[in-house]
Amino acid sequence: MALLEFTDRGIFCRQADVYIDPWKPVERALITHGHADHARPGHGTYLCTEAAAPVIRLRLGDIALETVSFGETRTINGVDISFHPAGHIPGSAQIRMEYKGEVWVVSGDYKVRPDNLSEPFEPIRCHTFISECTFGLPVFKWRPQEDVLAEINDWWRENAEAGRTSVLGAYSLGKAQRLLAGIDEGIGPIYTHGAVENTNAVLRAQGLSLPDTTLVTDEQSKGDYGCALIIAPPGALGSNWMRRFPKASTGFASGWMAMRGVRRRRAVDRGFVLSDHCDWTELNEAIAATGAENTYVTHGYTEIFRRWLEERGYHARIVETEFRGDDLEEPAEGEGASA
Amino acid sequence: MRDFAELFTALDRTTKTTVKVAALSEFFTAASDDDKLWTIALLSHRRPRRTVNTTMLREWAAEAAGIPLWLFEEAYPVVGDLAETISLVLPEHCDAADVPLTEWIDLIIGLRDVEEEERKTAVTDAWRRLDRVECFLFNKLITGGFRVGVSQKLMSRALSKATGIDEAVIAHRLMGDWTPQSTSFSDLILSGDVNDDHSRPYPFCLAYAVEEDVDELAEPGDWLAERKWDGIRGQVIVRNGEVFVWSRGEELVTDRFPEFHVLAEHLPNGTVLDGEILPWRDGRPMDFQSLQTRIGRKTVGKKLLQDAPVILMAYDVMEDRGVDIREIPFETRRARLEEIVEEAASPALHLSPMLAFDDWPALAAEREQSRAHASEGLMLKRKNSVYHTGRRKGDWFKWKVDPMTVDAVMIYAQRGHGRRANLYTDFTFAVWKDGELVPFTKAYSGLTDAEFNEITNWVRRNTLEHFGPVRRVTPELVFEIAFEGIQKSKRHKSGIALRFPRMRRWRRDKPAVEAGTIEELFGFLNASA
Repeated sequence: MALLEFTDRGIFCRQADVYIDPWKPVERALITHGHADHARPGHGTYLCTEAAAPVIRLRLGDIALETVSFGETRTINGVDISFHPAGHIPGSAQIRMEYKGEVWVVSGDYKVRPDNLSEPFEPIRCHTFISECTFGLPVFKWRPQEDVLAEINDWWRENAEAGRTSVLGAYSLGKAQRLLAGIDEGIGPIYTHGAVENTNAVLRAQGLSLPDTTLVTDEQSKGDYGCALIIAPPGALGSNWMRRFPKASTGFASGWMAMRGVRRRRAVDRGFVLSDHCDWTELNEAIAATGAENTYVTHGYTEIFRRWLEERGYHARIVETEFRGDDLEEPAEGEGASA
Repeated sequence: MRDFAELFTALDRTTKTTVKVAALSEFFTAASDDDKLWTIALLSHRRPRRTVNTTMLREWAAEAAGIPLWLFEEAYPVVGDLAETISLVLPEHCDAADVPLTEWIDLIIGLRDVEEEERKTAVTDAWRRLDRVECFLFNKLITGGFRVGVSQKLMSRALSKATGIDEAVIAHRLMGDWTPQSTSFSDLILSGDVNDDHSRPYPFCLAYAVEEDVDELAEPGDWLAERKWDGIRGQVIVRNGEVFVWSRGEELVTDRFPEFHVLAEHLPNGTVLDGEILPWRDGRPMDFQSLQTRIGRKTVGKKLLQDAPVILMAYDVMEDRGVDIREIPFETRRARLEEIVEEAASPALHLSPMLAFDDWPALAAEREQSRAHASEGLMLKRKNSVYHTGRRKGDWFKWKVDPMTVDAVMIYAQRGHGRRANLYTDFTFAVWKDGELVPFTKAYSGLTDAEFNEITNWVRRNTLEHFGPVRRVTPELVFEIAFEGIQKSKRHKSGIALRFPRMRRWRRDKPAVEAGTIEELFGFLNASA
C-alpha cells in the first residue's frame, strides 16, 4: 500500500489518517499554506506551521488549529510528519512523511528562489515527490526579482512625476507583501486595499518587517492619493473601487504576465512578470534535487510536464487535484489563488 | 532595432491615442530615414513577404532552445502566437549589439534567395543577437505577421507632429502603390509630389454610425440620403489613359475587376470616383456570396465574369479633370458626379440614387425597405460637407437596418488565438429541426471579456467530448445571434449561410428547448430574397 493515496477529498495518508490540503471536509488536515485553494474551511482539526497559522486563523476563523515549527517532527501512528520551507509565501511548507524508511514529500506551492521575505526553500531528499507544476512549460523563465522590482519602481516613479497614482494588482497574501518588502518606499506614500491590509497586520504582528502602509477608506478624498502606490487584490482592479483613483496607471504582478495575450486580456497598463512559483528551469532543478524515483505532478500543465519528465528518465504520473480548476488557465479572479 | 522595439512596447502597452501619437512622433523625430520609412511601411500593412516556412522555424527554435519539438508544439497553443513562443523558449540575450531595423529587414528579405541550410544559420544566428522583444518582432517580420494597433490616422498625426506637414497631406502621401524599396522617406513624406504617382488614391472618407436617433442630426433639409450598398468599397481612378481600382484596404485590385478597364475610354483623364463594387444582374445587386467568389481571385476567368459580373455604384467624385475637388461641398460634387456618370454612359458605371424625403419619419420608412433593395441601410451625408480624410464625426453617417436575430444553442467551443488564447471564444451554434439540434453558424465576437471568462469556466465543467482543440459541450447555453444577411448554401449542412454572424447577447433567461428553429431561419431567407 502506498504511503499516500489520491482520493476525491484530497491527498490521503491512510496510515496516519490525515489528509494534505483536502478540498472537502475531513477529520484531520495538514495544511501547506494559507491560500484559499489549500486551506479550506470545514475540517475537524488543522495542522500547519507556526508561521502560517495566523493568516489561516484570519481566513478561516475559529478552527481547531495546531502548529509545528519548521523541521519539527510529529509522529502519528508510526508516520513521521514534518514541515519544511517551500519559499512560496511566508509560512508556506512542503510536507515530508516518512514511514518505515520510505519518504514522500508533498510540495504544496513552492518557489526555489529566495524573495527576502519567505523562509527560503529547502530541498528535501525523498523517494516520491508530489510536485505542483503551475508554470511547467519552457516558455516560463523568470528574470531576477531585483530586475522586476526595479521595473516596478521605475513605473511608480514615472507615474509619480506625472502626477498619476499607481495601482498595482497583486494577490493579497504573499505577493502583496513581497512587493511591499521589495519596492523603494522613498518614491511616495503606500496605500492598501482592505484585503491586503488585513494580511499585512497579521504578518507584521508575527514579526515581518514591511514598510508603512495606509488603508484606503471612504473618508479619504481623491486628492489624497496623488503620487501614491496603491496595492490591491486583482479583483479590485476592474471594480467600482477603482473610481476613487481617477488618474491612475494600473499594473499587475504575476507570472502569467509573461504572456502577451494574458497581459492584454488583463487590460492593465503594465504587466510585471513576478511569480511565487518556480519557472521551468527551477522546476526541473527542484525535482532533480529531491533524488526521487517517483514523481507525481499536479496543478498546471500536468500532461505535458509528465511526458517531459518521462522522457528524461523519471517515473512520473499525474495527480488530479482541485488546487484551482482542471485546466491550465490563469486563476480566475476572486479564487484567492496566487501566482 | 532597439528604438523600434521600444516604440512597439510603448504602442502595445497603451490604448490611449495621445500616448501612441507621442511615442510615434518621438520615433519619427529620432530614427534614421531608412528605419522611419520601414516603420511607416510596417504600420501601413506593407510587410515584407514571408521568407521562411513556419514548420522550419518551429524545428529550429526547438533545437536552439534545447527542447524536443513536441514540447514546443504543446507550448505554442498556450501562448497563442508563434513568434512569441519562439522568443520565450530561446535563451535571452540582453547584451547583444544594436542592429538597425532596416538591416534586419534586409536580412529577412534576403532569405528568399538562399538555400535552406544558410537560411537556418542566418535565422538562428539572428536569434542570438536579439533581446526578447526584438526577437519577438524579428519573428513577426519573418512570418509576415507583424501587426500593431496604430491606425493610418494616428500615424499621419504623428508624422505631421514630427515634420510639421499638414496631417491630411501626409495621409494622402501615404496612400498608393509604394514600397520601401521604391521610394525614400524624403521622397515619400517630405518632398512628396502627390502627382508623381498617377495611381495614387485619396484617403477614403469614412462614416460614423447613427448612435441614438436621426433626430440628433437636426434639420432634414441639410442632408442627402442614399442606400448603403453591401459590396466592397472601391476607388476608381482614370489618369493618363489608365484605370486603377483601389480597395478600401488600400490594395490595388485593378486586375481583379476587368469590367472597369473600359472606363479609360468612358471617363475623362483626371477622374477619381468613390463607390461600391457590386455584383449586379437584371438591374439589382446579386447576393454577397457572388462577390466573395471574385474577391479572392487574382485572375478572373470568363466563367466567373459571367457568373458574377460587377459594376461600380458611384457615390462621390474626388478629382475632376485633374483637380482635387474634395474641399467643395458634397451637394456640388454630387451634381458633378451625376454629369460624369451620364456622360460616361457605361454599363459598368451606375449612379447611386438619391432618396427624396421631407422628414425623418419618411426616411425611417425608407430605411425599412433596405433589405428589399439588397442594401444594408442608409447613408446620410451633409450637403455642405467636404470629402474628409478618414473618419470624422458629424458629416457622414451610416444608418443600418437592425440585424436579423435568432436564439441559438451553443454546441461546440474552441479556444481563441492571440489575446484570447486561453479562453473559449469560438463557438458553434445550432437551432432545432425536428427535435434535433442542427449546427448552422459559428460566432466569435460580441461578448465581454468577463462573459468569455465565465463561459470558459462553464465549458471546462460541461465538456462531453474532445476533438483536438474543439470541445463538444452540453447543449444548454442560449445566445441571441445577430446577422446581416442570409443565403442558401449547398456547402453547409443546415442549407444556409449567414453574413456577419455575432453574439448579440447571452440569453441566460432562455432554456435550450426554447431556442429558435431552422424554419425561423428559412423564413428570413424568403423575406430578404
